[in-house]
Amino acid sequence: MATQDPQHLPEHLAVPAPPPLFNAHCRGCWFASGLLALVVASFWSLNLQWAQFFSLEAARSMGRFVAEFFPPDTSPAFLQKLALATWETLAMSAFGTLLAAVAGLALALPASRMHAADPARGRSITRLLLNVLRAIPELVWAGLLLIAAGLGPFAGTLALALHTTGVLGRLFAEALENAPAGPADALRAQGAAPLPVFFYATLPQVLPQLMSYTLYRWENNIRAAAVLGVVGAGGLGQLLSFHMGLFHMGKTASILGAMLLLVALVDALSHLWRRVLMR
Amino acid sequence: MNSAVLTPPQRDPAWLPRLFWLCAGAVLLWPLAVATEFQPWILFESANLKVTGQFLGTFWPPAHAPDFMALVAREAWRTVAIATAGMTLAFVLAVPLTLLSTSVLSVSALSGRMARGPFWLRQAVRGLLIVLRSVPELVWALVFVRVVGLGPTAGVLAIALTYGGMLGKVYSEILESGEPHATHTLLRNGASRLQAFAYGLLPQNAAELTSYTVYRWECAIRSSVVLGFVGAGGLGQQMDTSMKMFNGSEVFTMLAVFVALVALADRVSAGLRKSLG
Repeated sequence: MATQDPQHLPEHLAVPAPPPLFNAHCRGCWFASGLLALVVASFWSLNLQWAQFFSLEAARSMGRFVAEFFPPDTSPAFLQKLALATWETLAMSAFGTLLAAVAGLALALPASRMHAADPARGRSITRLLLNVLRAIPELVWAGLLLIAAGLGPFAGTLALALHTTGVLGRLFAEALENAPAGPADALRAQGAAPLPVFFYATLPQVLPQLMSYTLYRWENNIRAAAVLGVVGAGGLGQLLSFHMGLFHMGKTASILGAMLLLVALVDALSHLWRRVLMR
Repeated sequence: MNSAVLTPPQRDPAWLPRLFWLCAGAVLLWPLAVATEFQPWILFESANLKVTGQFLGTFWPPAHAPDFMALVAREAWRTVAIATAGMTLAFVLAVPLTLLSTSVLSVSALSGRMARGPFWLRQAVRGLLIVLRSVPELVWALVFVRVVGLGPTAGVLAIALTYGGMLGKVYSEILESGEPHATHTLLRNGASRLQAFAYGLLPQNAAELTSYTVYRWECAIRSSVVLGFVGAGGLGQQMDTSMKMFNGSEVFTMLAVFVALVALADRVSAGLRKSLG
């Protein structure tokens, strides 16, 4: 019995045949084939120039391009300019995030239903506004704002502020709606007006959460601020697109280095910050 | 005496600290406002107001000529296609790097410490992933536009590299955060690393991995619009052109299409993630 030929197992021990590759009743099959169709259609419709990218010519020009990066420009005058642009990037991100936190809180109030009897008339329209603010990326906002605010970091700051307002406003509204209702109900039962109820009962409870959302967005915004200048909105990005456009490759290399350093620094700080908070 | 107990203090007891922190905040903010050239009044100068008003005035009615709509539809599809193709390449890049860098699949770590060679190999792969994802995709796109010329190839490559780094890092974090017991048992009983991955690690974490990938695809659609601004094709490039020509009605139509596209991707991705549980 133990040495039975596996080819001739009795009926009940036979290995069942594998399921068919596609089964109209299985949702995973439909998902997988839809995904496959999307990927194939994407590659097919884009007519990507792989031949050009993998050609000897492209490899040579890539090599030349990278070789021109060396040596990076480290003259004191340029480093000073670089430091200034880095500071501008940091300032844009911090100020934009701060403006967004204030505006986001102001919009989160009408966008949230504070208690069961709250009519919250502006809720859906404010949420729509927040969604639109959030859906348009910073860079597109910056492009639009250049017309009103002119070239420079001001347009970038406003662009960051607008996009972040959408993101933070929505998060803040969720936080306000999920806050424990007890203290606010107690004040309301005593006849306090809505504004004092918010400032003395709801806000103190959700403030730590709002702060942590804001810090998280700041971290994102530093990265965004570094590249925002590519459309002319100040900071390191503006310096980058300027010098790259003029083929100052040494200077470009220094700017890229400063960008990487800034991002790495922010990552390390936020990692540290989170570990301190977790403890 | 009785009345003093009954009437609560009318003044905020903490007014002094509040005032102090308000002033301190203003002093700290001052250099930031200077550095960002924060001058809101220039928005309301008559010359600026006139230009802005003219631009906003052209927003309505939105452009809706049939050939323009066809162009917008084509560019919107290209935006989605750039994001999808970029994500596919990013996935292809991320999977081997994840397999190389995750420490759950280490055979030497089964008995005490990981051997020195594999440890440094994993650190090197992690370093590569960090470099890939710290360069913003816009910078990759600027570089590739120089090498392969204007067009979607630069956008696809930029998304592939940055998102490859992100996916690789998060995939290995997800794999390492799970329960390693089943995988280790397979490895101890003589399964190869790939077998242990396919039968132990992957089934355990498949839902989370898929959900993160779908979320990143949604982000890639947003960033593929942005990449258009440096010449990587798609809706962003058309938007940039129309903005530079102050053609408000075209900008408005494209913004509306873009917002709808992002909302749709948001819906699809939320639905998919929900069905994954």
